[in-house]
Amino acid sequence: MTRVLPAAQFLLTLAVTFLGLLAITFVIGRVVPIDPVVAVVGDRASIETYNATKEAMGLDDPLVVQFARYVGQVAQGELGTSVSTGRPVAEDLARVFPATFEMATLGIIIGVALGVPMGVFAAARQGRMADQIIRVIGLAGYAIPAFWLGLIGLVIFYAHLRWVGGPGRIDFFLDGMVPTHTGLLLVDSLIDGNLEAFRSALSHIILPATILGFFALAYIARMTRSFMLEQLGQEFITTARVKGVPERLILWRHAFRPIRVQLITVIGLSYAGLLEGSVMIETVFSWPGIGNYLTTALLNADMNAVLGATLVIGAVFVGINKGSDALYRLLDPRARA
Amino acid sequence: MSLLSVENLRVTFPTDHGPADVVRGLSFTLGRERLGIVGESGSGKSMTGRAIMGLVPAPGKVTADQLMFNGKDLRGLSEDERRDLRGTAMSMVLQDPKFSLNPVIRIGEQIEEAMAVHGTLGRRERRERALEALTAVRIKDPERVARLFPHEVSGGMGQRVMIAMMVVLEPALMIADEPTSALDVSVRGQVLDILADLVSRRGMGLILISHDLNMVARWCDRILVMYRGEIVEEIASGALMDAQHPYTRGLVASLPTIDETRDRLPVLDRGKL
Repeated sequence: MTRVLPAAQFLLTLAVTFLGLLAITFVIGRVVPIDPVVAVVGDRASIETYNATKEAMGLDDPLVVQFARYVGQVAQGELGTSVSTGRPVAEDLARVFPATFEMATLGIIIGVALGVPMGVFAAARQGRMADQIIRVIGLAGYAIPAFWLGLIGLVIFYAHLRWVGGPGRIDFFLDGMVPTHTGLLLVDSLIDGNLEAFRSALSHIILPATILGFFALAYIARMTRSFMLEQLGQEFITTARVKGVPERLILWRHAFRPIRVQLITVIGLSYAGLLEGSVMIETVFSWPGIGNYLTTALLNADMNAVLGATLVIGAVFVGINKGSDALYRLLDPRARA
Repeated sequence: MSLLSVENLRVTFPTDHGPADVVRGLSFTLGRERLGIVGESGSGKSMTGRAIMGLVPAPGKVTADQLMFNGKDLRGLSEDERRDLRGTAMSMVLQDPKFSLNPVIRIGEQIEEAMAVHGTLGRRERRERALEALTAVRIKDPERVARLFPHEVSGGMGQRVMIAMMVVLEPALMIADEPTSALDVSVRGQVLDILADLVSRRGMGLILISHDLNMVARWCDRILVMYRGEIVEEIASGALMDAQHPYTRGLVASLPTIDETRDRLPVLDRGKL
């Protein structure tokens, strides 16, 4: 009982949140000044054709009926057809989202692996040299525009040093040579045992992912530092010192343990931000991800594609939020009650 | 030989207007007895305790002509050597268990940690000692309490846990910094009883820091009265009413008693001090 009830509650809130999300995308689809009928029949159709098409598309029905139909369609994975690619939107998204997911995941791993220790280290040496250097790095992460860093990165590491691959996900002569299992090239090439493709995909993804990671790092390090400072000022830190606990353990056991929960929220937000698809980075690196897809769709007034992409991004946000809530309960005894 | 002997102890903090002494030239000795330090907020009593523990926060500076503990000169010790003493030879009970216990670590683990970091005992022995310590502070169901998190126990029990944690390695010196001021009046006596009982049974020296004159007079053998970083008077606890210094007499005079009929309590006249 005690285990079933929270799970049921969890699913219910999840369902309600998704319904809210659908309501928002539905309303957006109705209020934008793009006429979906015109998009189908063209602007030279007769008024009769227009009306007949409008009725056939169900746009004469009451909004409630239209919304119910929309929810039913989405539940079946039916997101309509994209005007610009001519393919079902769901199919397009299944292709572009893994590209973004792969880059964002690598980015957040880099951001967390470097950002958290940097923040802890900065807090331990508050006001000293190391702290100042980390502060400047963090500030750079806020101040430098993503596209500029992307271009400079390409000029240095691709054009001059030839350390990394250029734009795109993989060298063009390998493009399409890796069969799709997950849509993640690094994983698919390994499943296939194709090390050449793996190396190529890695050399392409490493620079944009590092740049994304740098932006995540700046935020994560800054938040970690301030969370740590708050904990280090607490009385239980004095207690630990009174017991003779060494400083290394005071940092990682006594101060870091209580901030894990807050950090999960920060990392979750940061990850969700990367998963939305960094339009700038995806454009500079010709990355066929969701940010690129959404931009193209917007510029072509491709409403089905825009709504589909918005829905996926919204779902990712909800998913990450719920996921970090669940971790919250796992890590903080006070939230378990 | 005395357990602790302090001569001309000074704690100084740099400020914008030059260095400020918060403890100015304190001298006293402590045997295996109960010594009370009383004084108002900011009189330097807590900082004296931290200076002995070696826990005066950075930019603060501690100097003394003598700081001998158990025959060791604390002044010459490295940071690591001071740390080795903490928990094993000297420890300190802090004020409020709501803040002084780590909120995300189980009580049992927090008690065992003191033994673990000093690395003398095996895992099973640590666990046994932790349960013994909880029993010693009169916790009836130590196995259950050891598995709890600090927010799951009351303030009085939290403070008993704190005491258990600090006596588990049987230090020779125990400093209690306002150990009961965050507790309900009804459990204060009980917590002090436990503390005093452990101290006398294990032959520790106790420094009880408090602003509660009555309490200190009842529990301690001797009292140091501090004011503005200095000891203004040292009195035997029974002789509180015979205090000579105007500050002490002012404090005694402003204590309310249960059968009094005064309209107003007298206020300290600081101009005369």
